[in-house]
Amino acid sequence: MRSVLDPAGPQAAHIAALWWWMFWIFSTVFVLVIAALLVGIFRARARDDAVMTSPSVALQPTRERRIGWTVAACVGLTIVVLIIFLAANVITGHRLALLAADNAVTIQLTGYRWWWKVRYPDPVPARQVTTANEIHIPIGRPVLINTDSQDVIHSFWVPSLHGKRDLVPGNPSAIWIQADRPGRFEGQCAEFCGLQHAHMRLLVIAESEENYQAWLEAQRQAARAPSDPLAQRGLHVFETGPCALCHSVRGTEASGQVAPDLTHFASRATIAAGTLPNSPGHLAAWIVDPQHIKPGNAMPSNSLSPEDLQALLAYLGGLK
Amino acid sequence: MIWQAQAPLQNSCNRKHTRVGAALAFLLALAFTGCEREQRRFSEIAPLSGRPQPQANTELRPGMPGAPGAGAQSKTTVPAPYGENGWAISEGKRLYTWFNCIGCHANGGGGMGPPLMDDKWIYGSDPESIHASILQGRPNGMPAFGGKLADQQVWQLVAYVRALGGFARKDLRPGRNDDMAVRSSEQAMKSRTAESAGSALPEREQPR
Repeated sequence: MRSVLDPAGPQAAHIAALWWWMFWIFSTVFVLVIAALLVGIFRARARDDAVMTSPSVALQPTRERRIGWTVAACVGLTIVVLIIFLAANVITGHRLALLAADNAVTIQLTGYRWWWKVRYPDPVPARQVTTANEIHIPIGRPVLINTDSQDVIHSFWVPSLHGKRDLVPGNPSAIWIQADRPGRFEGQCAEFCGLQHAHMRLLVIAESEENYQAWLEAQRQAARAPSDPLAQRGLHVFETGPCALCHSVRGTEASGQVAPDLTHFASRATIAAGTLPNSPGHLAAWIVDPQHIKPGNAMPSNSLSPEDLQALLAYLGGLK
Repeated sequence: MIWQAQAPLQNSCNRKHTRVGAALAFLLALAFTGCEREQRRFSEIAPLSGRPQPQANTELRPGMPGAPGAGAQSKTTVPAPYGENGWAISEGKRLYTWFNCIGCHANGGGGMGPPLMDDKWIYGSDPESIHASILQGRPNGMPAFGGKLADQQVWQLVAYVRALGGFARKDLRPGRNDDMAVRSSEQAMKSRTAESAGSALPEREQPR
């Protein structure tokens, strides 16, 4: 679900309320303007008939004065409406700032061209969780997302949860979100960031506290060692081939830090930041020719032998 | 119409038009060279670097009677576009940080590893030699990246390392650093010709 008008948390609810205020006031203004226009047209038409019969049109001081007052009143009303919006904007911002912030979940979000690195910090380094393009949050708890960017300006925007927050390289910022009902909320990079800006999506999954804790605990585990021979060969391909230089799988030799962490890759819903659903067929196409699917992204095309590719798919598919 | 009435003026106008046309054609030609310079070859076939190619670092070759240039045949051929492509060089610059070349060679000034901005090239400064050094590794610390990098990436790195050394055309080199500037950009660095670089291998003529 991806709509500002379908708020799932207090922040988005405030913003949606402001939106509806604007909608109704502007609708009223629109109706009034159109009504005035129609009245003007029909009255002028009726008068035109009269003017045709009497050739001289004299200036009428009372009429001129009435027109002047009407214009002044409309200008005054416009200013009042603008001031009301200014006040509503300030009040909304104030309410957003006052929202409860205790017992918060903290997440570090870093933008890359063109994917999102998501890190759940923990005082114990071994318990840190690193994943990509998918944020899990518990419902009913405020979430502090600390943002930063690695290369260019990106913008974090999950319409159902909050407004936008720019990720400016070298300028860490933060945004508070909260979901009050479970669901999958789609997000999208909202600042043009290059060729694949449109393919830079993310998914926020809000779930109950128990489910969230279970997910977090599962993510903390190192990757399971593959049991069947095919997947074992896949691990070998992963560790000795070109994958490991950029990607990491915790618990193996692969520890590249410049591409998405794949430790629990099979638990994610999409690959390449929401570009493709995470299925073996799509994954195979992505590994062999990512430049065809997402031209310009940092992953090079790889030519693997069919056996190696199948082994790699079996291994990655097992990284639950 | 005025031109028709005044013949001398018409002549000068025509000359002016020819000059404007020539200037436009020149700009158009420039624009086309610009395209070539900035072309992004995303989908280039990128085979795994695979087995490192045997590379000769000396003129001494096993007995090949009467074939003075025969040894050169075994060299991998350089895909010319990379050294002549600004995008490839800037990608090389990104990969240079990503794959931690910086860890030993710093920003070209050297540290644990030899500097890449000076005149000394222990294992040769031509593209093939640098390609081989990356794939095969070199004694005293340079790891072998053969089989770890897509070949496209290796050639991008080669193009960047050569740009660091001052071998790339000035308008191809990266004009600024994305991160904190620890030194001036590649574009501001001194250009070098193949002859001025002390190299283990006699330099081939560089394409211009």
